[in-house]
Amino acid sequence: MPKVMMKVNGAEAAADVEGRTLLSTYLRDLIGLTGTHVGCDTSQCGACVVLVDGQPVKSCTAFAADLEGAEVTTVEGMTNPDGSLGVIQKAFQDYHGLQCGFCTPGMVMSTAALLAENPKPSEEEIRHYLEGNICRCTGYQNIVRAVMAASGQDAGALAAE
Amino acid sequence: MHNFEFVKPSSVADAVAALANGEAQPLSGGQTLIPSMKARLNAPEVLVSLTGIAEMQGVSRDGGALEVGAATTHATVALEAASHFPGLAGLAGQIGDPAVRARGTIGGSIANNDPSACYPAAVLGTVATIVTDRREIAADDFFQGMFTTALDEGEFITKVRFPIPEASSYAKFLQPASRFALTGVFVAKYASGVRVAVTGASEDGVFRWAEAEAALSSNFDAEAVAGLSVPADGMISDLHGTSEYRAHLVRVMTQRAVRAAS
Ligand SMILES: Cc1cc2nc3c(=O)[nH]c(=O)nc-3n(C[C@H](O)[C@H](O)[C@H](O)COP(=O)(O)OP(=O)(O)OC[C@H]3O[C@@H](n4cnc5c(N)ncnc54)[C@H](O)[C@@H]3O)c2cc1C
Ligand code: FES
Ligand code: FES
Repeated sequence: MPKVMMKVNGAEAAADVEGRTLLSTYLRDLIGLTGTHVGCDTSQCGACVVLVDGQPVKSCTAFAADLEGAEVTTVEGMTNPDGSLGVIQKAFQDYHGLQCGFCTPGMVMSTAALLAENPKPSEEEIRHYLEGNICRCTGYQNIVRAVMAASGQDAGALAAE
Repeated sequence: MHNFEFVKPSSVADAVAALANGEAQPLSGGQTLIPSMKARLNAPEVLVSLTGIAEMQGVSRDGGALEVGAATTHATVALEAASHFPGLAGLAGQIGDPAVRARGTIGGSIANNDPSACYPAAVLGTVATIVTDRREIAADDFFQGMFTTALDEGEFITKVRFPIPEASSYAKFLQPASRFALTGVFVAKYASGVRVAVTGASEDGVFRWAEAEAALSSNFDAEAVAGLSVPADGMISDLHGTSEYRAHLVRVMTQRAVRAAS
């Protein structure tokens, strides 16, 4: 089996893969980063989103072998260097942007991609960008608040309420 | 998913050689192919990734035409086509969600020819040319009904050449669960006339609405098609919408596209 190398959360990673090994399998089962969640496994829910070379990617819908040399960031890579929660993670905690937490890794990574592209998104832009991340618990209000807070904006009243 | 051998050539010539094996299939963004392999609807023995081929990447302007490499992602088209051909960039930016746009490609989309996919409407709506590893195919000859195209076994798309219209727009009525088009219409205005291509509606896949093209060619105004309609016969009917509903949407979305055209 060929060995595939990637840089995951800044560290070199290497693992032997089959052709069919998904990026989600590579991360969770081969290098032990289980923060990335697999919900639907059919490209619909976004729980498995990670950043690949800065872009949001559904890790259940990419082959590890196709990503040789890629720079990958997972939810584990979103903490501060001292291990405390990073800005986006902290905002999700502070604003109660999760209940069961299953969708949260994907939400955090999609938020990271959004804020890199658009540092001060409006409520509408947040809702639109997170379209591919499904949450079955929160009703989204607190997720949107968390993203507003993570981008340094007033997380108070939402227009949609 | 059944296992397969994975190969990733770095030139079109190497991809041609890899795909000459009858058991091999191209892989682009995998946003359609990977789910279908998981469902075992598809089980190639060899997958040939086309995403590492530099000559199949990116958007470039060639006089009055815009050339898009087949392995260019929807996200890249949304960004790089914006100043040249806003109608196309707008369409690419409405496909799926950000993660789908970061991986999915124009080549994979039109090769798949899903009856509800967005890109086929732009390709058919602009007299585009599909360039493959062996020939050039006119858009009017390329789409041959749901999930069917003029591509031969082992043939793959290398780029798509769009003649840039004077004004164009894609109006998509979103099917929010799948994020595909419940019905979408691409309108393009050229000095020689107007083209109108409809996706998501017909059981035969993307089609041109000739009556609307004639009406809009003589008067490029949403009111010019207000009295026209397409028959509900042959339109898709499913739990998201009846065939009558889709037939109605064809006119409504055509009008919206004309109003938004720039
Ligand atoms: C959640 C979700 C939402 C989506 N929403 C939309 C939407 O709104 N509108 C829309 O249009 N699409 C939508 N899609 C589909 C998406 O655009 C896909 O990216 C696209 O249909 C296939 O492109 P791909 O590059 O991923 O191709 P792949 O999945 O890699 O391949 C698809 C097929 O094309 C073949 N192929 C790939 N590249 C080539 C080539 N260059 N030449 C010949 N054959 C080739 C493959 O062998 C395969 O049969 C959505 C997908 C998902 C998962
Ligand atoms: S697990 Fe990947 S999109 Fe749901
Ligand atoms: S918090 Fe439970 S799915 Fe989002």
